[in-house]
Amino acid sequence: MYTKDGENYFVVDGHTHFWDASPANWIRGQEKYAKGWIECFHAYQGLGPAETHWPIEKFQKYSEETMMRDLFDDGHVDVAIFQPTNLRQWYVNGFNTTEVDGAMSERHPGKFVVNTTWDPREGDEGLRALEEHAKRWDCKGVKLYTAEWRGDSRGWNLKSAESARYLEKCQELGIRNIHVHKGPTIWPLDKDAFDVSDVDFAATNFPELNFIVEHVGLPRIEDFCFMATQEPNVYAGLAVVIGGLMHARPRFFAKVMGELMFWLGEDKLIFGADYAIWEPRWQVEGFVDWNMPEDDEFGDYGKLTVTQKKKILGLNAARLYDLKVPADLEDAKEKTTEPVGVPAS
Amino acid sequence: MSGTTGTAQVTVGSEPEIRPAVWSALGTVRDPELDEPLTELGFVSHCEVSPTGEALVRLRLPTYFCAPNFAFLMVADAYDAVSAVPGIRRTVVELTDHFAADVINSGVAARAGFLGTFGDEAVDELDGLRADFVRKAVLAGTDRVCRAMVRAGTDPASLAGLALGDAPESTDRERLRARRRELGLPSTDRDPLVLDPATGAGVEEAGMRRHLGFARLTRVSQEANSGVCRGMLRARYPESQPTATQGQEQT
Repeated sequence: MYTKDGENYFVVDGHTHFWDASPANWIRGQEKYAKGWIECFHAYQGLGPAETHWPIEKFQKYSEETMMRDLFDDGHVDVAIFQPTNLRQWYVNGFNTTEVDGAMSERHPGKFVVNTTWDPREGDEGLRALEEHAKRWDCKGVKLYTAEWRGDSRGWNLKSAESARYLEKCQELGIRNIHVHKGPTIWPLDKDAFDVSDVDFAATNFPELNFIVEHVGLPRIEDFCFMATQEPNVYAGLAVVIGGLMHARPRFFAKVMGELMFWLGEDKLIFGADYAIWEPRWQVEGFVDWNMPEDDEFGDYGKLTVTQKKKILGLNAARLYDLKVPADLEDAKEKTTEPVGVPAS
Repeated sequence: MSGTTGTAQVTVGSEPEIRPAVWSALGTVRDPELDEPLTELGFVSHCEVSPTGEALVRLRLPTYFCAPNFAFLMVADAYDAVSAVPGIRRTVVELTDHFAADVINSGVAARAGFLGTFGDEAVDELDGLRADFVRKAVLAGTDRVCRAMVRAGTDPASLAGLALGDAPESTDRERLRARRRELGLPSTDRDPLVLDPATGAGVEEAGMRRHLGFARLTRVSQEANSGVCRGMLRARYPESQPTATQGQEQT
């Protein structure tokens, strides 16, 4: 729990990783991708405050103790949600798998929510694996990468019949939160992998599931917002928004937050530090201290209230994941408000 | 906004008259996604012209994994722009420090097109992708022009009745006109100031508020992306000093 100026913030980090990108885990022949991937992540860390930058060796592989300290001792996080990224084509034991996350979660009861992943191209076998993971780690969410290249397949989308089978399976297993990565990707080469129309389709067909678009579709926030205004069960994952912009580009950060509040509203925004790209501490403290600048340039946007920040930093995710929050925050957790938005005129 | 050129990292070749022309040509090449010139983004790391008229240009991008489709467009556009400079006999454009650099460089040099370059890994040329982003540039440009007008006292409700020529002359207005022209959209002074970039039809008063809201959002998105890309480039190449444009914070 983070307390500032007499206000309590229950912090849920909606997007965290425990990865191993050390050279020992690189697959032979794939070294340039394995190395390029982690170096790319490391460059993103450069957008945070200088005192939070890590040397590349630490960034490639950090210890469990480091992570526990950065999140829970220093980082004000109450509960963190693991989002797996397998990348088994480049990393021998995977980059950040459900298995590794799940094992860590078991060693620290109550600290983590373990999400798993699926890929509809894995057919019946994938469905069985999903069920196994979901039962083993009591998963309430999944992280999906629709743009992933595999063999001859140029990625997949949530509109397909195969995807619908998996979404039905999620419902059956009690997995309610579908986190979809819509952001920078590598393959297929010519594809605009930021297309969110499949999320639109699935969100309409599965109104009981929540769809959290990670990285708010960056760099295509406009397409994402336009879609999200039409779907009550679509949420914005703020990983990268706070970490990548709040320190490095504060004025753009203010505008992006202004737009997200305008089009989606306070109940739909989910904080995620995206550890270990960025540590949560400066993000949580900075966001609580932050507000919309006074200049005319920001005149279209409203200021954020303490309650709105509480929702964004944790209560919204707590609502989606049924996390128990302190009694004094229960009310704010359940309250829902209509976004400012613009009327559909 | 500034139109200065970042000459710090540019090697001066031995053809002093042609090199500035090559640099200007590179200034016409835009990052399709950010809608800003490569020269202002700091993406040109080297530009040299030999006494025999051979141009060597090196490009660098903010990350090793920047989208290969956009990377390809920038390398191909740079090749075309430089090749068209009078006096240039041969052009080499090299993308550096990118996972697909070798494939892109040889594909562009062979004039192979995107499909010819990537074969089975791609199914389409990139014209559609490029047009999508020019449409976004029209929306972002509409915000720039209209916002300035509203700030200067124009009633937002009156925008539906105004023509492009009713906007005060400015670089933003001409940039908007140029993007509209690229898409084949109406772009004379008599054409509507605010139009739907998908259809070319003028936006009516009833839909104006929503349209302008979306135009603002598109501009915010584009400028935020530009901010991230500039920050990443600087993290990767600390010596790079991209020049200021509207995409950079003026703090």
